[in-house]
Amino acid sequence: MDVLTEFAILVLAAFVGFEVISKVPNTLHTPLMSGTNAIHGIVVLGGLLVIGTADGVLNDVLLVIAIAFGTINVVGGFLVTDRMLGMFKGRGAAKKPAAEEGGS
Amino acid sequence: MDDVVTGLYIVAFIAFIEGLRRLRGPKTAVQGNWIAAAGMGIAVVATLLKDEIGDWELIAAGLVIGTVIGVPAARSVKMTAMPQMVALFNGVGGGAVALIAYAEWRDAGGVLPPEVLIPSVFSAIVGSISFWGSNVAFAKLQELISGRPVKLPGGPALTSLLTVLTLGLGVAICAGLDFRFVFPLLLLLAAILGLAAVLPIGGADMPVVISTLNALTGLSAAAAGMALNNTALMVAGMLVGASGTILTKQMADAMNRSIGNVFFGGFGAGGGSVPGAAGDDGIDRTVKSTSAADVAIQLSYARLVVVVPGYGMAVAQAQRTVADLAAALEKRGVEVLYAIHPVAGRMPGHMNVLLAEADVPYDKLKEMDDINPEFARTDVALVIGANDVTNPAARSDTGSPIYGMPILDVDKSASVIVLKRSMSSGFAGIDNPLFYDEKTQMLFGDAKASVGEVLAEVQQL
Repeated sequence: MDVLTEFAILVLAAFVGFEVISKVPNTLHTPLMSGTNAIHGIVVLGGLLVIGTADGVLNDVLLVIAIAFGTINVVGGFLVTDRMLGMFKGRGAAKKPAAEEGGS
Repeated sequence: MDDVVTGLYIVAFIAFIEGLRRLRGPKTAVQGNWIAAAGMGIAVVATLLKDEIGDWELIAAGLVIGTVIGVPAARSVKMTAMPQMVALFNGVGGGAVALIAYAEWRDAGGVLPPEVLIPSVFSAIVGSISFWGSNVAFAKLQELISGRPVKLPGGPALTSLLTVLTLGLGVAICAGLDFRFVFPLLLLLAAILGLAAVLPIGGADMPVVISTLNALTGLSAAAAGMALNNTALMVAGMLVGASGTILTKQMADAMNRSIGNVFFGGFGAGGGSVPGAAGDDGIDRTVKSTSAADVAIQLSYARLVVVVPGYGMAVAQAQRTVADLAAALEKRGVEVLYAIHPVAGRMPGHMNVLLAEADVPYDKLKEMDDINPEFARTDVALVIGANDVTNPAARSDTGSPIYGMPILDVDKSASVIVLKRSMSSGFAGIDNPLFYDEKTQMLFGDAKASVGEVLAEVQQL
């Protein structure tokens, strides 16, 4: 892929991100930040791609850490977002005030 | 096989965009999150189908380690600790980008074509800044280190110098500079820059910081995508880069501060004279403290009570007790509303999340612009663990570090009751003249315990 095509993709993606996000209500800012945070966990793909071609023990160690980091970013990010959003879901339904933690 | 991969990537992009779109409304947000997560799953599976994928046992090891750490962390974190958890997840994302760039550079022996080298260097710098900056943000919010602004020798000049050094080395590497430890040196410089940029920032600005770092990690992921010639990384990274930038701007606007001001202004860190720190500025510094029984009477015979929640409510986990108190008051015919400042707590929407958890109906939560005109007809403003967002100095005192920040006009209501742990100043470290106001009464103690006592008194009336 030539550099200009890459720039075209980046510019279009930026505009889509801008348009989709600019309409989110204040209330959902925290889950939104958490959700976008999970999406940049896509970096895990970088680790998956490079580890197959990279040689050497140090490279392998670096990349396993990178994949682990990326995975934490992804699974942690989506789960935390879901827990935050779960707080909005159960409204109106009788919930036990005794339960300290909203279950996930 | 590559066509299949590209096709699956396109499905993943649709899922990311649709997921983000559904995060706009509380009813669709839960689905939206899972649609985005499904997109991520598809992107990962698609990538594993690529021909150049190898070292399966190492890939499995990385995925398993990440899952074993990430899942319990996300499940066990308390609602009050969510902001720092987001900071931490953001940081590891940035760290992953930096490590990938380093491994790629090492593997190529430092010899990379410019269209790979330039985005690699960019992603290494930004990833490293994001990792270390996010960790400082985490440590501050978790109170592992002081949330107060930390003064570094040199101040903004040091940050500027580090920025110049880091960028200079980055450009030099792109121009062909190469010695054995040049890349680790770059990562190290960026790490110090990340620490130096976030350490001087006070806790009140932390949401803006985390949001900025979130956007930066997105951008670094997009750059890594350019280096690796991978559209999934480019598109998803850029989506986050763009959305994070807008979110950051909205948060900064809510505080009437520019992003540059947050990073280089040093909230209460510059100058050295924090207004109100000394007692001789003419304000009468006596506070009136009150009792739970007295508060209960005032609340029960009011027509309109406006609850102003802040971080103190979150820390004490008092939201359910607050909701119970409101229900008891409503039963007596008192109208109860909640005033939500955009940056109350540690993140925008922090209070909404907690109150929604306590089953407080949406329409009772009023945003700043809607509630401010109502304070004139408010009988009692009940401030629960909020401080800086109610500070009238932001309106009148040009010398105050938060001058110009829009605040909730609680001082316009007939009387003010402030629930607070002690007389210590807020997270921003600034004194609040509201506490010394004629019509303000203080009820000291843990928010949950205090509200519980007031509730018990109300029920006996």
